[in-house]
Amino acid sequence: MDKEHACDTVEKIEIQLFLEGVFRLYGYDFRDYASASMRRRILQLMEIEKVSTVSELQSMVLHHEKWMERLLMAVSVNVTAMFRDPPFYTSFREKVLPLLASLPLIRIWHVGCSTGEEVYSMAILLKEAGLYDKAKIYATDINEVVLNKAKNGIYPLSLMKEYTDNYIMAKCGGVFSQYYTADDKNAVFNEGMRKKIIWAQHNLVTDSSFNEFDVILCRNVMIYFNKSLQNKVHELLYGSLKANGILGLGTAETLRFTVFENRYKELDRKMKLFQKVM
Amino acid sequence: MNYGIVVAGASLGGLHALRTLLQGLPKDFPLPVAIVQHRGKDSGEPLSTYLQSCSALEIVEAEDKDKIVSGRVYVAPADYHLLIEDGWFSLSTEPQVRYSRPSIDILFESAAYAYGKKAIGVLLTGANQDGAAGLKKIKERGGLTIAQDPVTAECGVMPGSAIAARAVDRVLPLERISGFLREKATRAIPQGEKI
Ligand SMILES: C[S@@+](CC[C@H](N)C(=O)[O-])C[C@H]1O[C@@H](n2cnc3c(N)ncnc32)[C@H](O)[C@@H]1O
Repeated sequence: MDKEHACDTVEKIEIQLFLEGVFRLYGYDFRDYASASMRRRILQLMEIEKVSTVSELQSMVLHHEKWMERLLMAVSVNVTAMFRDPPFYTSFREKVLPLLASLPLIRIWHVGCSTGEEVYSMAILLKEAGLYDKAKIYATDINEVVLNKAKNGIYPLSLMKEYTDNYIMAKCGGVFSQYYTADDKNAVFNEGMRKKIIWAQHNLVTDSSFNEFDVILCRNVMIYFNKSLQNKVHELLYGSLKANGILGLGTAETLRFTVFENRYKELDRKMKLFQKVM
Repeated sequence: MNYGIVVAGASLGGLHALRTLLQGLPKDFPLPVAIVQHRGKDSGEPLSTYLQSCSALEIVEAEDKDKIVSGRVYVAPADYHLLIEDGWFSLSTEPQVRYSRPSIDILFESAAYAYGKKAIGVLLTGANQDGAAGLKKIKERGGLTIAQDPVTAECGVMPGSAIAARAVDRVLPLERISGFLREKATRAIPQGEKI
């Protein structure tokens, strides 16, 4: 075995043991996350904390709970934006909202909602279609730190320019600034926009379904999982959708490699909107 | 040498450079090719459509968990990092690296890790320093690294910084890169087996 190869092998074993230990002690199961990006994020954390081997990091995390919090922040990629992929929201309004309009109650689940931008975007979309009052929005994430930010609905004012552009590109009809009040640093989303949203910690990998939904959005969460975990999670999502329910994925995600490919029909191929058919 | 993948990165001036590179790869080019081209979030027409018109190979925007298939060209979708796993791609929305998502460094580093000395990295024209660190990783792991000759590049900064970082095995003018790749990619097949 050449030197590089030997190092790779050791590192691979270390990462496996580390994730196994984290799972056994804390119950967070990252063992089936996609390995290239998991490795990248572990190495990044090691660099920041100036430790040279995964085993050292493992020792820190297993012996001190505060390091588990650091690890969770490092491995859960929380990047998000309001109206991320504006055409997704345009398509949702045109193709999905008409299907929901006649329901007495609309239940929506945002899986992996991160700091909440996607959830407030959906609330705005529903409000502008006159459907917000009969909606109940559940928003969950594995990471409690980002959930607390989401709950507060407070975002740096510096982001509002980009979000306003996205809002306009999504062809929404109103004025974006009507949904928040701004002070000199932050934009605070109106109480009215928040009242229908229930925030909760939920781990997609280890927790079970908790309701039946008309819509599930799980965007840019499963890209961090390997194929077998994706299949497992799709089973949970499928089982949590009502008949004819809607599933929305991120624009680079696909059902193609899952056993659920034929259990949905495509509502919008490019924007990854699917409807449960059987 | 038996290579397994070509990874290429381009920034400013890259659309032209990539067209030249892809034009030179024949229909039976035996390796998969993965490309990061820096661009805006919503560049309208997909990059794959634009590049397809000049290539004999099938060009697709990579989707999450796509299998890596020889003779196919995969382009990182706008606003996602593209990573190479064991035989398939995964995507990530982690923060921009050197102001870019997709990042050339992320693609190259994951290729170095997954393919080791079977990776070929190609760094083309650009005005920033993305790609140099990733190319260095490929070189360190025994892969083959190529930079476009800065003199022939619309913007020589990007290949130039890889050369300065000693990350490059071969510096070639743009027109000669695809020929070199053809030669490297087929060399593994013994003479007698060629049809
Ligand atoms: C990139 S963000 C996606 C945010 C938003 N959906 C979007 O597309 O903009 C991914 C989120 O998935 C969450 N996540 C990762 N693993 C998870 C799991 N096992 N269960 C629930 N959420 C998870 C992360 O904490 C992170 O907030």
